[in-house]
Amino acid sequence: MQILKDVHLDLMGKRNIALIFSAVLLLIAVGSIIVRGLNLGIDFTGGTLVEVGYPQAVELPVVREALAKDGFDDAVIQHFGTSKDVLVRLAPREDIESAVLSDRAFSAMQGIDPQVDLRRVEFVGPQVGDELTEDGGLAMLYALIGILIYVGLRFEYRFAVGSVIALVHDVLITIGFFSLFQVEFDLPVLAAVLAVIGYSLNDTIVVYDRIRENFRKIRKGDAVDVINTSVNQTLSRTLITSGTTLLVLIALFLFGGEIIHGFALALIVGVVIGTYSSIYVASSSVIFMGVSRADLMPVKKEDGTVDDMP
Amino acid sequence: MVLVVVLLGGLFALPNIFDQDPSMEISAQRDAVIDQTTESRVQEALEKVGITVKGIGQKQNGKLLVRFRSSEDQLKAIDLVAAELGENYTPALTLAPDLPDWLVGLGAEPMYLGLDLRGGIHVLIDVDMDAAIEQAAERYSGDIRTLLREKKLRYTRISREKDQVVVKFNNAEKRDQASDLIGNEFRSLNLESSDEADAFLVIVSLSPAERQEVQRFALQQNITTLRNRVNALGIAEPLIQQQGVRRIVVQLPGAQDPAKLKEILGATATLEYRLADTEHSVEDAVNGRVPPGSNLYRERDGQPVLLKKRVIVTGNQIVDASSGLDQQTGQPAVFVSLDGVGAKRMRRMTNENVGKPMAVVFIENRTTTRMVDGKPVKVKKRVEEVISIATIREPFGRRFQTTGLDTTEEARDLALLLRAGALAAPIEIVEERTIGPSLGQDSIDQGFKSVVIGLVLVMIFMAVYYRVFGLVADMALAMNLVLIVAILSMLQATLTLPGIAGIVLTVGMAVDANVLIFQRIREELANGNSPQSSIQAGYEKAFSTIIDANITTLIAAVVLFSFGTGPIKGFAVTLAIGICTSMFTAIIGTRAVINMIYGRKRVKALAI
Repeated sequence: MQILKDVHLDLMGKRNIALIFSAVLLLIAVGSIIVRGLNLGIDFTGGTLVEVGYPQAVELPVVREALAKDGFDDAVIQHFGTSKDVLVRLAPREDIESAVLSDRAFSAMQGIDPQVDLRRVEFVGPQVGDELTEDGGLAMLYALIGILIYVGLRFEYRFAVGSVIALVHDVLITIGFFSLFQVEFDLPVLAAVLAVIGYSLNDTIVVYDRIRENFRKIRKGDAVDVINTSVNQTLSRTLITSGTTLLVLIALFLFGGEIIHGFALALIVGVVIGTYSSIYVASSSVIFMGVSRADLMPVKKEDGTVDDMP
Repeated sequence: MVLVVVLLGGLFALPNIFDQDPSMEISAQRDAVIDQTTESRVQEALEKVGITVKGIGQKQNGKLLVRFRSSEDQLKAIDLVAAELGENYTPALTLAPDLPDWLVGLGAEPMYLGLDLRGGIHVLIDVDMDAAIEQAAERYSGDIRTLLREKKLRYTRISREKDQVVVKFNNAEKRDQASDLIGNEFRSLNLESSDEADAFLVIVSLSPAERQEVQRFALQQNITTLRNRVNALGIAEPLIQQQGVRRIVVQLPGAQDPAKLKEILGATATLEYRLADTEHSVEDAVNGRVPPGSNLYRERDGQPVLLKKRVIVTGNQIVDASSGLDQQTGQPAVFVSLDGVGAKRMRRMTNENVGKPMAVVFIENRTTTRMVDGKPVKVKKRVEEVISIATIREPFGRRFQTTGLDTTEEARDLALLLRAGALAAPIEIVEERTIGPSLGQDSIDQGFKSVVIGLVLVMIFMAVYYRVFGLVADMALAMNLVLIVAILSMLQATLTLPGIAGIVLTVGMAVDANVLIFQRIREELANGNSPQSSIQAGYEKAFSTIIDANITTLIAAVVLFSFGTGPIKGFAVTLAIGICTSMFTAIIGTRAVINMIYGRKRVKALAI
């Protein structure tokens, strides 16, 4: 079975349309990040979160009242997954140590039904949240620098810049998606964004590898033709791998449980964007930077020996 | 070679399919030992009430492991054992895999589950280093006071200002003398002279090296103290670890009562023994004229009392404490033993001050972060109370008792805190993550389900799309999963929920290498090459692409690992392991199988 057989689409000819498409996506993403910001989870903002499971379905107003009675008027309460599970976000309070806030709230909720099960408590102090935000930003930066160096060494600097442009493109759009739809951005989502960097790059490298090989093999046609051929040749692989990855991610999204939702969503968005970007963004940015056949020819032996001479 | 790896992988992945027995781990505290007698005592006590013991035996780390048939038995047993063995043994609930002996002999173990999967409490504790430095400065100010008095150098005032000690003199000559003296006696201090209108000052501060030492010590001491306190709680496999320069991570798998844990961890109650100041009037002090060298305290009933600033011994020097009743008065009492230095100081001070009153100050430190105008502000609260004042009847040293506590309960709590040691610096809990056991089990089930569903979907797709080659890739994929589980078990790396997600992701990405190879083979075939040479060329040409693509993903995984905490690290670990194993199975593994099918035969067409 074969889905794409001998495709020769003029993908690169449409690179200007793709450029506009990417620009619009980026504009929306960055605009949304600036205007709406991210719905940061308590991992970054600091705060307290309690998840409890009641033996029977419970009405939210009942929980709200029980908490209000104990002074938690501004707690944000929602069902989590099922109507038996309740997620409560607590605001810091002047009269209670923040570290024991969750214990008080839990005992208030025990008032409704003593059989209630404490499923999860997350408390993150404000200073820890700030550190995580900083570390997360740094981690992304380090990953990008590491990749820039590796691709620069293995290929050529324009390819390194091209792959990093594609990565920044993917990361911004993924984060922009979370901002636009105000999906909670927590630590697992950040990890997923970092994984997107790895994944999207994986795709890009495969395409670049083919471009390099074809530049050396195909003697006719200009750079755009060669790159177009390369993208076409790798197209079915790109789509198949993205397809299998999306298959498992959708399984994870549907069956992996509430906690892993954001994580799976970030990867799904990232993989879709990453697939698109490895076809268009990574390859066309190399064209824009004017890569030519001569840049990728293997260095001749003589040059090497000359370099070694004092 | 492929066969050997697969067999080894299968062997080490095997422990994960065995059930876990509800068990109890008994550890000995202090000088108690676990031996054959302990074993039979436990067994008899349990059999008497009709609880069947599935297995009992000593582990390599000296702890006694008792296995049960059900978790009801396990819960019933823990109270029984605690009562039977007494205070010196701590039983803790745990799960033990029910492995056959030959697997145990090989050292094979199941994967180590993270807290988010098995349930438990994780807290991150911040040590207040400013307070540690201030306490050190306070100690030095006392030592300097003693030194100057001994050498009969008159000063006007010694005071601690934040992390500095300021000593005032009324002329420059005395100041310089004192400066030399202090400099010779305490080499780790930085001295600075400065002149004010009518006062000559020596400003003493800790040298950078000494500061570092104080902070290092405070952290170490706090870790030791917290470890002692946690051990007393009876939890199997607690993890207490330094993180960075001022943080401590405490992880208690299976623990379910965060409120109690925080109470025990956060308590910084300690005692200080000080002489009462009988030379000055308490009334004057209440009206604001506190004599230098003394501090005003209040007793529990609010009565003001003047105590000397100099501390005789502090909680740091207490090595043991137990609660009981005073033999003469019948009041609740705490019996305290001191270490060598503390005992020497106590002996000297009590010797010189027989007949004078000595006070016990109970100190509790609390640090909390409050939000003021949207900004976090640290609020420190220090509760100091004089719990007893008693006349020194005779000199005493290493062992003595303290009375003046309200109830026996209070005496017991105080003894526990003293025995577990004082914290060298106040602490604050800055992060908590508690996962209930039900949520952990749900996460395992859901994670397992998504791995299986994802795997099946990908396998079906590959088999349909690449036929025989697809089936070979499916074999490689299954083998890859076994290898990931085997390596995780061998390394005893922590498996977390994001870690399972990492495995799911690897399943999706692992076929990538095979897709690359198979597409190449199809291309070669389309170019009119023979089946054998197409296979050969397909593997060869795809190889460098696969390596490049995987190394870049590996870079991302390494970065994730180095920055991430807990669960995120788990994701990075499984992702990295998955990348490595998938390269092995997808390239070498499939090649071996394909050679077996198509090798040494003249084939006309490939089922690809």
